[in-house]
Amino acid sequence: MQKALAPEISTWPDEQPQLIGSRCGDCSATTFPTQALCPRCSGDKMSDELLPRRGTLIAWTTQGFVPKLPYAGGETAETFKPFGVGLVQLDDVIRVEGRLTESDPEKLKFGMDVELTMVPFYTDADGDEVITFAFAPA
Amino acid sequence: MNDVAIIGVGLHPFGRFEKSAMELGADAIQLALKDAGVGWKDIQFGVGGSLEIANPDAVTRLVGLTGIPFTDVFNACATAASAIQLCADTIRLGKYDIGIAVGLDKHPRGAFTAHPSMLGLPAWYAENGQYVTTQFFGIKANRYLHEHGISQRTLAKVAAKNYRNGVINPNAFRRKALSEEEILGSPMLNYPLTHYMFCSPDEGAAAAIMCRADIAHRFTSQPIYLRATEIRTRRFGAYEVHSTFAPVDEDVAPTVYAARAAFEAAGIGPGDVDVIQLQDTDAGAEIIHMAECGFCADGEQEKLIAEGATEISGSLPVNTDGGLIANGEPIGASGLRQVHELVRQLRGQAGDRQVAGNPRVGFAQVYGAPGTAAATVLTV
Repeated sequence: MQKALAPEISTWPDEQPQLIGSRCGDCSATTFPTQALCPRCSGDKMSDELLPRRGTLIAWTTQGFVPKLPYAGGETAETFKPFGVGLVQLDDVIRVEGRLTESDPEKLKFGMDVELTMVPFYTDADGDEVITFAFAPA
Repeated sequence: MNDVAIIGVGLHPFGRFEKSAMELGADAIQLALKDAGVGWKDIQFGVGGSLEIANPDAVTRLVGLTGIPFTDVFNACATAASAIQLCADTIRLGKYDIGIAVGLDKHPRGAFTAHPSMLGLPAWYAENGQYVTTQFFGIKANRYLHEHGISQRTLAKVAAKNYRNGVINPNAFRRKALSEEEILGSPMLNYPLTHYMFCSPDEGAAAAIMCRADIAHRFTSQPIYLRATEIRTRRFGAYEVHSTFAPVDEDVAPTVYAARAAFEAAGIGPGDVDVIQLQDTDAGAEIIHMAECGFCADGEQEKLIAEGATEISGSLPVNTDGGLIANGEPIGASGLRQVHELVRQLRGQAGDRQVAGNPRVGFAQVYGAPGTAAATVLTV
């Protein structure tokens, strides 16, 4: 079966999953993931907010080597394939940092439209497929 | 409040050694004492900085158990700046007249790592492969190059310059010149940053002895005045290393605020600075920090670097000792290495690396996780 790397940060397995952030009732600052106090006004009126699924790519890079533990991918230097990482602006609500399904610098463009997706990441010790969030060109 | 003078500096070479971090620190202290012409018994208090060593004050076991107050600090890449600030402010406030700031570290090979919970980050952030400091530097550099018309070759020019400066710095870790082609052709770690555009964690120690400015001439004919050290953390709006998200409305990086505050406290502007030390965790960071500290406008670096402005012989000499790229980053010592180089430059003792024209003002900046920056201003 499939399970999410971090079940608490998205509405997966909804068909159109959304990331779960929080929004400040006083100053409307939005965070991802959720947090109890507002990082802008320090207030405690934070409530859960489902984040938009679509956005634009503000900035990006590639990850060209295996991250150190506790990275969960489990690849070796030989099997590792570089992946993209980007800062994505979801509508005018928030910018979220996440993996990109595209890793070719020739195909990654500043300002390109992207959409949230859930992708297979690794298979855990129980044989379950662990999925994680990423942004794909839309 | 008292003014503060640096009367002695000492640095153990950076690199990889058989000695313990504590021994590196003890060596740096001995060099600083000799440079200042004082004995350990003259030191009234100490501040020690380290990542790997939980209690750098244990260095007193090697240099003298004199019973002085000794405070240990850790502030990631700003650790040495915190040690410098605490040492200087203790003298400014009149508690003691003469003290020492020392930084020492000995890191294993490869990028820094710690459990994400140590930085208040969720475990998934690391498990997902985002808890990689170099990744942030790649994102920031890529965007900056794109927005301000700077070429990837300019990244290579910065790294090549710092390796070249390392060749003429006997204390440097990397002492081999690398061509722009070798730098551009090395493995891509985080686009557009290649392997040789990054510094690496290593080992080293550095120390500075400070005193009340009005008694500095008892010890030296060339006191260097520590005009300001200011530390700032990120504000809401800044996208910094180890961020799960950023707001849509942007604020500038903490380096901008730290540099402004340091210049204001010193009563000096960026245009007055003769020799500059910037945090070049990677070549992109050096380029970006030039503008964040106020030494040029965004985008001007392309032309300045092509003209050689940041070379030792240029109008804006940056990282004359090779910076982090040639020296590596023993976190606790790195900011004190910067100050060591500035003191040598301002005294006219930098040998082959000496900036011409009797430099009078030096500036140092550090930046690191989780969005913490410090700026220091020194003058003759």
